[in-house]
Amino acid sequence: MLFYIFAILAVLSGAYMVLTRNLLYAGFSLLITLLSIAGIYVLLFADFIAVTQLMVYVGGVLVLLLFGIMLSSRVHDKSVLSENVNTVWGTLVAGFILVGLSYTILKANISTLPWLQTTELDVLGNQKSTVQSIGIKLMTDVVVPFELASLLLLIALMGAAYIATDKQKV
Amino acid sequence: MEQIPLEHILLLSAALFSIGVLAVISKRHAVVVLMGIELIFNAANLNLVAFSRHDPQLLQGQLFSLFVILVAAAEAAVALAIVLRVYQYFKTANLNQIVTPEK
Repeated sequence: MLFYIFAILAVLSGAYMVLTRNLLYAGFSLLITLLSIAGIYVLLFADFIAVTQLMVYVGGVLVLLLFGIMLSSRVHDKSVLSENVNTVWGTLVAGFILVGLSYTILKANISTLPWLQTTELDVLGNQKSTVQSIGIKLMTDVVVPFELASLLLLIALMGAAYIATDKQKV
Repeated sequence: MEQIPLEHILLLSAALFSIGVLAVISKRHAVVVLMGIELIFNAANLNLVAFSRHDPQLLQGQLFSLFVILVAAAEAAVALAIVLRVYQYFKTANLNQIVTPEK
């Protein structure tokens, strides 16, 4: 039941994000979408991912996007309104993707797949959360991607700071 | 506690994905296009986490979605830096008005 509330909230605010022309309204409706997705993660037994979603997306990326809106448009101006183009083609393509994916998902009978039947949905088992197993796996099975990810973040941070600097004054 | 059917999660993810595609196609402000891309990332993540329910020992889907979130954060930072540079140079963030000035 809770899942459907979150799902409807996510889809409605996502649709509002596309429909509204005000950039700030779009940003805040994206906030509601991201929050509902974090709630759905909790319902899917992914507590660590839910907290990461809250911290990285809601706390980081969204604030960054709002900064981007503020710095790249004058609020009392028309430039805070986003122009819509390709509305017909965009709706056609998005509708085609939606119908195609839904048809495939409904046709595929995913729940009856043998390997899904054999597994049980008791993710947590005896543990209280997935944090411990994720931590152990990050330091054993996927330690190379983990270290590469830290390198990628460092490079992205340096690159973003370098690109955004005003080079004339240096 | 009753289980959420897998199909419903996949349908929600498909809906979010197509909303993101619509935002990328039909919006002309660079930041809104970035928002659409974030929505697409989230739709993909939702699928990964949904299938990770069936993999309780390994949790591969959850680990994968962690890295997707991380790359999305890095992407957003660099892309916004580029948008700010473009705005300083062209005085607009409208993707249709960004043209190289004639010499």
